[in-house]
Amino acid sequence: MTASTVDIALFAAKLAMVFFVILTLAAYLVFAERRVLAWIQDRKGPNRVGPFGLLQPLADLIKLLTKEDFIPTVADKWLFYLAPAMAAIPAILTFSVIPFGKPVAIAGHQVPLLIADLNVGLLFFLALSSIAVYGVALGGWASNSKYSLLGGIRGLAQLISYELSMGLSLVPVVMLAHSFSLTDIVVAQARLPFIVYQPLAFIIFLVSITAECKRIPFDIPEAEGELVAGFHTEYSGMRFGLFFVGEYINIIVLGGLATTFFLGGWHGPLLPPVVCFSLKTLAVAFFFIWMRGTLPRLRYDQLMHLGWKLLTPLALVNILVTGWFLQIVA
Amino acid sequence: MMEQTIFYILAGAAVIGTILAITESHPVHAILYLVTSLFSVAAIFYLLAAPLVAAFEVILYAGAIMVLFLFVIMMLDLGHPEQGLAPHWREWLPALLLSGVSAACLVAAIVARHGTGAPLAVQTLTIREVATRLFREHGLAVELVSLQLLFALVGALYLGRQNAPSPGLRPPSPQGKGAGGEGEPS
Repeated sequence: MTASTVDIALFAAKLAMVFFVILTLAAYLVFAERRVLAWIQDRKGPNRVGPFGLLQPLADLIKLLTKEDFIPTVADKWLFYLAPAMAAIPAILTFSVIPFGKPVAIAGHQVPLLIADLNVGLLFFLALSSIAVYGVALGGWASNSKYSLLGGIRGLAQLISYELSMGLSLVPVVMLAHSFSLTDIVVAQARLPFIVYQPLAFIIFLVSITAECKRIPFDIPEAEGELVAGFHTEYSGMRFGLFFVGEYINIIVLGGLATTFFLGGWHGPLLPPVVCFSLKTLAVAFFFIWMRGTLPRLRYDQLMHLGWKLLTPLALVNILVTGWFLQIVA
Repeated sequence: MMEQTIFYILAGAAVIGTILAITESHPVHAILYLVTSLFSVAAIFYLLAAPLVAAFEVILYAGAIMVLFLFVIMMLDLGHPEQGLAPHWREWLPALLLSGVSAACLVAAIVARHGTGAPLAVQTLTIREVATRLFREHGLAVELVSLQLLFALVGALYLGRQNAPSPGLRPPSPQGKGAGGEGEPS
């Protein structure tokens, strides 16, 4: 396997493009969320910086960068420094296995539109999502504050619980696609997206990923009514910004995964594949924002009951039924 | 060549991480070192053309077991219980002997292998292959392990049972006796 210079250059370009698009999109998702929430709540939202307030993310960035980087004296310094990165890096790494378009040919070179086509892509995503727990837990623990610790512990419990139902809801997808590779999963949905065969799995997955990115109605790790800001109470400036941006990167990535697993990936009528994928991903992201504007927060015990006593058994039953169905068809 | 360099870097990280995990006196830091070491081992598995094992190493060990350790440590807030708690020689001597035996076996195996000079045939193990082997050839073992896990689960449920039904979470009772750790201390 020899890689020519052109291949390496194309790969580097792809990498730079993905980074740029994801980070910009995350920044603008914050803006979009504020505008959409304002719209839902009959307010105006940020509309002063630039036309329609479009430069607001830039202003926010300058604000976060110039703020004082405050560290509590009793904090565990190194972990306090590292935790925001531990939260943001797994989110952006997950995108490396998501195919965002059909392979294209550039100058005679076949370029697959994803960073790494792992044959265990789905497991790679599960592994990274279980690693993302550390950022929340250690951020809360290292701050050495009661609110942060409570937020960290809650976050830990929530993420472990919902990882289970998320993983189980993906088993039928693998059963249908006969593969763990995300490209194969998308190819298997050429005729019909899996949401048609697996509506229940899709709903379980959607609820679980909402819990995984700690969004309302599952935002008890940072419930502002009880815990100030939960695990990132003590953070300020760009470190807080990293937690914040990490959350939005997570929304984009999980939206992309929902698209890949259930909504047919890049397949779609009329439009070019990349556009199809982006539209579906943004639709899932919009759904997250919509949910935030609509639903109240769950109580801690309700959250645990939903995860362990409803979603996990349902996912198991779904696997059984799918297996039985596949046996009959085959 | 490149693979070799990466392997030595990873192997070094794994060994150093493990040593630091043992010598570190703070439990949370020790967990982080162990996670680093597990990560390196996972990457080594990937280099050895076993991506499935690599993924499970991260999902199960780094992502589930270590997280549970962290959870318990954060919940209990032990402080520094390990200070002044050096184990008695009667406790560590058997462990030392056993680990010495296994280390000797490992060295013997490596030396015996080294002489032949025959490189292992590298072949990426697919998930299908692993699954077929596991469930066709080792079905009984899988069943036994799952039964063992079931016993553990039942045992945990038995230990964690509550004799009196726990009071509801809301409203907080006037005595300030909340349930399940959610109650506010009064």
